[in-house]
Amino acid sequence: MRLTQGTFSYLPDLTEEEIGAQVEYCLGNEWAVSIECTDDPHPRNVYWEMWGLPLFDLKDAAGVMHELAECRKARPQDYIRINGYNRQQGYQTTMLSFLVQRPKEEPGFFLDRMEAADRQIRYTTRPYAAQKPPGHRY
Amino acid sequence: MAMVKHDGQGQKKSRWSAGVSPYADMGYYNAGYKPKETDIIAAFRLVPQPGMDPVEAGAAVAGESSTATWTVVWTDRLTAYEHYQGKCYRVDPVPGSDQYIAYIAYDLDLFEEGSIANLSSSIIGNVFGFKALKSVRLEDLRIPPHYTKTFQGPAHGIMMEREYLNKYGRPLLGATVKPKLGLSARNYGRVVYEALRGGLDFTKDDENINSQPFMRWRDRWLFAMEAVNRAQADTGEVKGHYLNVTAATMEEIYERADFAKELGSVVVMVDLTAGFTAIQSMAKWCRRNGLLLHLHRAGHSTYTRQKSHGVNFRVIAKWMRLAGVDHIHAGTVVGKLEGDVHSVQGYYRTLRCNRTEAEPALGLYFEQDWASMSAVMPVASGGIHAGQMHLLLHYLGEDCILQFGGGTIGHPEGIAAGATANRVALEAMIQARNEGKDYLHEGPEILEKAARHSPSLRKALEIWKDVSFEFESTDVPDAVATPELV
Repeated sequence: MRLTQGTFSYLPDLTEEEIGAQVEYCLGNEWAVSIECTDDPHPRNVYWEMWGLPLFDLKDAAGVMHELAECRKARPQDYIRINGYNRQQGYQTTMLSFLVQRPKEEPGFFLDRMEAADRQIRYTTRPYAAQKPPGHRY
Repeated sequence: MAMVKHDGQGQKKSRWSAGVSPYADMGYYNAGYKPKETDIIAAFRLVPQPGMDPVEAGAAVAGESSTATWTVVWTDRLTAYEHYQGKCYRVDPVPGSDQYIAYIAYDLDLFEEGSIANLSSSIIGNVFGFKALKSVRLEDLRIPPHYTKTFQGPAHGIMMEREYLNKYGRPLLGATVKPKLGLSARNYGRVVYEALRGGLDFTKDDENINSQPFMRWRDRWLFAMEAVNRAQADTGEVKGHYLNVTAATMEEIYERADFAKELGSVVVMVDLTAGFTAIQSMAKWCRRNGLLLHLHRAGHSTYTRQKSHGVNFRVIAKWMRLAGVDHIHAGTVVGKLEGDVHSVQGYYRTLRCNRTEAEPALGLYFEQDWASMSAVMPVASGGIHAGQMHLLLHYLGEDCILQFGGGTIGHPEGIAAGATANRVALEAMIQARNEGKDYLHEGPEILEKAARHSPSLRKALEIWKDVSFEFESTDVPDAVATPELV
């Protein structure tokens, strides 16, 4: 399967140049850019690991691209995403979030159904990869 | 309802002698009145009957929407009536027409805190059938923070919704299941599954799908949630189906909502026809239970569409933001349903901004301060398709839901392909916009390029490329904006 979280997952994977352009867009809006990675892509896994602190006060995308390269080197099989964060009143939230790396193989999710009374089913979603301990999943 | 022609002729009777006096003479017109910052201010569009003085018409509306009745009553003198009287303070002719805009200020003491039923009964409850007026329309309301703060507001709001769904930086995508009536629950769930796994974020019950003989609500809930959960596992994304809880009684509405919650749905919906009170109740229920509340504005066109008579949708939009819905249908500009571009942009601002300034070209009569009340996600639905993505993004912006019903389900290669086409078109347009491209004018080329890696989009563009709905609007703001060529 192809994990389709993030703003651009239905497009072909972004090139370095395309990633840089989106980072520039964030910086142009004065959003702080952050890099996060995980080997647990559950749709409700909110807190991916932060690759350092969000990058405040950057002037151009080069700093982000450097950190991204470092993150890829350290975590070659993780999902990695770049986020643009707006601290403005009324927002104070993420404005853009897109995947910039995914594992070579994405086994996807197991949908577990527990039959209950009255034809009800209790559903839960489990990433196949998460059955292994962190660091050994992809 | 009697009304005295205000012609300045004859002997004026005293304010308190029994009988009928012009409303203007009873204090309902006061040209020197300066609205207080705590007043609610209304703009009414009036067409007086021939011979009827427009000032008296404005005063009559102020009177009947506050303390007055058709004749003098001595019991007024038991009250501080000057305080409770609605005050018409300005009446402007609309150039080139028989219409007038009357501005009326109401003291906050006229209204119960936190009640749309009370606010609407006061302001539109009694005046619309006035014989002395040919027609009357409530155009806009300025609602001060002092009153706004007595309402809950959206159960979650746009920002919380995005964090809840983990979806940022683009409009959300939806589709209404079609045919809207007749599918069995099992077949219905199939449409939900295909649309969600193909790339939509939401699917939707239509306004008139409740619990009919061909599909009972509980069966729909079960099959729809199987579909939602399957699609979540297929994509790794949070998905939702708006389960329409509208029913005959509040008890039944709560029963259906409770079951939606039990099954783990992220969203329920209610129709405008359920009534303002039911909507406010559901907004509180949704805040308490963590579900998003989608509102379908079923029936609104019966009173919002005609420029001369009724209630402008921007007022309904304000009331629904106060009432506390998270989503509301608010027009598409380019689709099959009524909605002039400038008016629609005015509605979207009303729903999304924390503060709007008066802007006549967008139909906004007053400034409006929402005092940090959460924003409502406007929904664009009705006759839109992937080939219009650049126009939709340009006119409607990023914080909205684009709903492609026919534009998803009508795809020749199937529902999932239709959903994918819409998602690819949207993401390509967002990417181009963020890269600084002139996406509005280069839209067709951007879609063409995206279709190179998406056969689904290619097919959608071929089929719907010439579809547009260009009819003149029945309702446009009086002020004309500089035309924009697209």
